[in-house]
Amino acid sequence: MAENPFKDIPGTTLFDAEQSRKGYHLNMFCMSLMKAANREAFKADERAYLDRYPMTEAQKQSVLDRDWNGMIALGGNIYFTSKIAAADGLSFQQIAAVMSGVSQADYAAMMLAGGRSIEGVRSKKGDA
Amino acid sequence: MARITAGVATSHVPAIGAALDNGRAGEDYWKPVFAGYDKSKAWIADARPDVVILVYNDHASAFSLELIPTFAIGCAESFAPADEGWGPRPVPVVQGHPELAWHLAQALILDEFDMTIVNRMDVDHGLTVPLSLMFGEPDAWPCKVIPLAVNVVQYPPPTGNRCFNLGKAIARAVASFPEDLNVQVWGTGGMSHQLQGPRAGLINKPFDLAFLDRLVADPEAQARVPHIDYVREAGSEGIELVMWLIMRGALTPRVRELHRFYHVPASNTAVGHLILEPIPE
Repeated sequence: MAENPFKDIPGTTLFDAEQSRKGYHLNMFCMSLMKAANREAFKADERAYLDRYPMTEAQKQSVLDRDWNGMIALGGNIYFTSKIAAADGLSFQQIAAVMSGVSQADYAAMMLAGGRSIEGVRSKKGDA
Repeated sequence: MARITAGVATSHVPAIGAALDNGRAGEDYWKPVFAGYDKSKAWIADARPDVVILVYNDHASAFSLELIPTFAIGCAESFAPADEGWGPRPVPVVQGHPELAWHLAQALILDEFDMTIVNRMDVDHGLTVPLSLMFGEPDAWPCKVIPLAVNVVQYPPPTGNRCFNLGKAIARAVASFPEDLNVQVWGTGGMSHQLQGPRAGLINKPFDLAFLDRLVADPEAQARVPHIDYVREAGSEGIELVMWLIMRGALTPRVRELHRFYHVPASNTAVGHLILEPIPE
């Protein structure tokens, strides 16, 4: 089989069939946080709430740790995992800063200056 | 006979809705974003569409991973703003146009575009932020809206070419609706942005500006651009831009560009906006 070209993009996980199958229960847990009552139950006892879902231990731990990149690696999709951020009262920009390994102030400054440049982040092989 | 009188494209960044809903639209950060739509608000007050076919994507609000329709058309009488985790946006309930929506569903399916028919669906920021940008904060939205939700969350989304051709089929379907209706088609989402992982915050202005140019002048060429180019160049969430091709396909081959706006940033995203008018052959 030919090499998957999407795997060549640095710092990017495509939410494809493989990720979606791996992350189904993690993402469905996130989906449950759309309801206020579930958000409260999760906040009251995160571990007990997570145990209601047939997620892997690693997935549960990534949620408890708010390891946003870890969740994505384990099949999470950003539109689902961001519901945890919303329940925590965090903005998209706050978790984007964490995922890209910089402070929120530095991230916000980068965005104001025009965002992250595409130069150098097109390909793991180096930009043509 | 119903007729498509204009196409609108716009980003649908959730932070824009939050800024408006929390009374922060006048802040220095947000002022230039909303200023880019002043002309649009004046224009649409004159254009007075009866119905907007609003192409957008749901962001894990109405559709989870249980059911992932590629193209879904809202045929209900009305659509409530979704609770996306912090309570629903305080915006009017969206009134549908079931007669035209059902006509579109039937015509499109018989035209070999296999739409999913939706009778109950809450609509998230993907649909309500464009309405806010174009209409401001009215007590009721001044037109009917037919939500057309496109999957761009689970890979693969429909191809750009499929989207472009769906737009053409929408134009045929609207033209066969007997009632005299002023219809606009909106394409939303984009522009370049990536919300996940170490590459979060990606913005590619040259890509965005070239996309705007080609969407207007040479949409056939833009429709051939493969997904990998969007994801690589415009970010993992920049692939939402394929939805703009549905709007463009619904217009004539040649169009008049009435308005263009581009601004960076709105939160994590480049904001792009176009108003296009068909030029009948």
